[in-house]
Amino acid sequence: MRRLLLTWIVVLLAWPLSAMAAGEAVLAHAMRPDVTDQASLQRGMQLFVNRCASCHSLEYQRFSRAAQDLGIPPDLMQAHLIFSPELTLDDTLKSTLAAEDGERWFGVAPPDLSLTARLRGTDWLYSFLLGFYRDPSGPLGVDNVVYPGVAMPNVLEPLQGVQARVCGTTTAPVSGVPRDSVTGRYRSCDLLELDQPGEMTPAEFEAAMFDLTNFLAYVAEPSRVQARALAPKVLAFIFLFGVIVYLLKRDYWKALR
Amino acid sequence: MTEPREGEGGANHSRRRFLIAATSIMGVVGAAGVATPFVAAWRPSARTRAAAAPVRVDISRLEPGQRLTVEWRGLPVWIISRTPEMLARTEAGEVSRLADPTSQRSRQPDYAAGELRSIRPEIGVLVGLCTHLGCSPLYRPEPEAAVTADWPGGFFCPCHGSYFDLAGRVYRNVPAPTNLDVPPYRFDGDDLIVGEDAEVA
Amino acid sequence: MRAPLQGFLRWLDARLPLTRMIRQHLTHYYVPKNLNFWYVFGVLALVVLANQLVTGLWLTMSYTPTAEGAFASIEYIMRDVEYGWLIRYMHSTGASALFLVVYLHMFRSLLYGSYRAPRELVWIFGMALYLVLMAEAFMGYLLPWGQLSYWGAQVITSLFSAIPVIGADLAQWVRGDYLVSGVTLNRFFALHVIGLPIVIVALVMLHLVALHEVGSNNPDGIEIRSHTDEKGRPLDGIPFHPYYTVKDLVGVAIFLFVFAAVIFYFPEGGGHLLERPNFEPANPLVMPEHIAPVWYFTPFYAILRAITFGFLGLEAKFLGLVFMATAIALMFVLPWLDRSPVKSMRYKGWLSRLFLALFCLSFLALGVLGALPPTPLRTLAAQGCTVLYFAYFLLMPFYTRLERPKPVPNRVTIR
Repeated sequence: MRRLLLTWIVVLLAWPLSAMAAGEAVLAHAMRPDVTDQASLQRGMQLFVNRCASCHSLEYQRFSRAAQDLGIPPDLMQAHLIFSPELTLDDTLKSTLAAEDGERWFGVAPPDLSLTARLRGTDWLYSFLLGFYRDPSGPLGVDNVVYPGVAMPNVLEPLQGVQARVCGTTTAPVSGVPRDSVTGRYRSCDLLELDQPGEMTPAEFEAAMFDLTNFLAYVAEPSRVQARALAPKVLAFIFLFGVIVYLLKRDYWKALR
Repeated sequence: MTEPREGEGGANHSRRRFLIAATSIMGVVGAAGVATPFVAAWRPSARTRAAAAPVRVDISRLEPGQRLTVEWRGLPVWIISRTPEMLARTEAGEVSRLADPTSQRSRQPDYAAGELRSIRPEIGVLVGLCTHLGCSPLYRPEPEAAVTADWPGGFFCPCHGSYFDLAGRVYRNVPAPTNLDVPPYRFDGDDLIVGEDAEVA
Repeated sequence: MRAPLQGFLRWLDARLPLTRMIRQHLTHYYVPKNLNFWYVFGVLALVVLANQLVTGLWLTMSYTPTAEGAFASIEYIMRDVEYGWLIRYMHSTGASALFLVVYLHMFRSLLYGSYRAPRELVWIFGMALYLVLMAEAFMGYLLPWGQLSYWGAQVITSLFSAIPVIGADLAQWVRGDYLVSGVTLNRFFALHVIGLPIVIVALVMLHLVALHEVGSNNPDGIEIRSHTDEKGRPLDGIPFHPYYTVKDLVGVAIFLFVFAAVIFYFPEGGGHLLERPNFEPANPLVMPEHIAPVWYFTPFYAILRAITFGFLGLEAKFLGLVFMATAIALMFVLPWLDRSPVKSMRYKGWLSRLFLALFCLSFLALGVLGALPPTPLRTLAAQGCTVLYFAYFLLMPFYTRLERPKPVPNRVTIR
């Protein structure tokens, strides 16, 4: 009887849960953001203001808050990371590009990136940043494996170099493709190969994109910095409180036994 | 079961008293901890503080005797160009009629603590709110008997009848307790910056 | 020092039934001594409700209830208001926590027959509370004005349009616009922050007063008031205070530990507490790829979607609504469906146990299915689970009489 029930539970719960996992598209790259790594966040912010900020805003992120959370002295922030004369330390990272201009140049206005890391996930962002390849058929001459038909030129090309899209096999799982039982690899035509090297080696570029994604993960939820700092204290307090009330409870209930 | 309800059943009294005290203390500390974010949430937010940034005003075209009102942190701040006659009248005013002539009890930066309560004598900078209950006093720069006898010019608050001289110093026997506040400010060429302190020489 | 305080208390007691209330509901309220951990969830629901009321009040102070400003004001709370993020996460996590403890509280009732006479009214007030909480949660969900907020409200308000004849007008009346808009946001805001909370607090009081009138049930499902000492105190009862106050405090501490851990480390709850599409402002022209209600609504949503066929000349759309409404309405009449001579599952027969197990499993499975995009196979599974869900209620008058219960002890047992 009990075994039958257990079987029921496993069947009823495991099957839809596995279906849920299968529904997610598999991304080529994964990363784990670390908002405690200030050096990485600082490099990420530098990349952002140099390569992204002319088109993309972070309309909810103040320079001053970033200075505080990333450990950047305000005068250095003012001197090296704020380019527009119209922006001050208390302002948010607004791009100078007007939305209408963006729409005229790229077909769509470049989206605000304040919450992108929470909207699409950091794995998506990281894979997107690494996913540009040369595609002469498109109007911009580039496309992206994660976001086909992307309306953005590959501004990172000088750093990364030029990638080409090729077919082949990979060890990383590919959605909708079975694993080859002999080699243990997956076939895919979404693989990228460096055709023309850029200023950075592939490893350097991946590290740089990690920093950029990490910075955007911070921007999407700056409170995580405080939450991580506050959590152990709160949990330790509640734990101690629990121990004391447990002893008190035992003391009262002892007499009832 | 014999009378367990009184909780006596051989309980160790000092142990229980200690546990009750520990629970109570932790409860109070915990409540204070929980209250902290709620109290802190009422402090001015980052947006409010950003909006409270210093204000830069071009005073090159301020006519003598004229008053300019600018908004700083939501407060009306007066910039008054005081003519030599106005300064003379202010300095000649009877000190005994003032409640705090040397600004001992009033709020102003150290660099504006003199009799005229300003960096440059001819430019006065004052927060335009009466120190009584926050009304905004009227600007009455000329001597006129309608305000009070021997009125040398200054500010008159119509709400509760307080008056101040042109340096913002309050008179005796009016409801306002202290002189008008002087905000932090400094000069930068033709501009006056309200909200930033002058370099202390 | 003591004398003036006692004098003041005497003065107060002559004017306010303070001491009497404390005696009646705490120090002289006798509770069965054999309550197990299942009985902590009522107190936890009260704790989370208090959390929702206070954090909600504070969020209202910085929130902008307009279509133009709502989304940005949430980010303002999350970033610019000091500790705004904590207050907001306490509220968003609290909503899920409240439903979790309420579901466990309700399961306890099914397990030990707490809905049976003389506690039918306690159960009905509780069910009314559950219904109003669902409305409260649904309206609150619109307020962040993200994509999922918007489209969720769009789908659920469209449910009204399934009602024949008046449906379309009713849906429009609820929204105050042709589609969900700032007008809808404003009225949902008003109901969420003031209208429904008043009803909820009133129902909580009724639920508690009705409970204390008849006394708490226990895992044995027997009445402790039928065995009393010479002073009329139940022999198997102990005063709520201090025994259950200290015991509940332990439960509260354990709950708060888990609750705080979620708030600080997993505020998104893997996309189940704060969903990814909701980090994009509402856009009436573009719908997210997949929308599903929050987890605590998905069982009923799955029932709604499981009805894919018309019947007796009624449209599937309307029938789905009817099934969903009936699924909730049946819970109200539960006290009159159970014909077993015993209350607790400890002494009921195996049929009752089987049906309760199947009911819980089908409820969980419906919850999972309701969160997934529908496929033919999943719809079939949801239909099967819907049958099990309804069988629990509709067959209850029969299986509770068919089975042979075990003998019930005279006095409570402690395991």
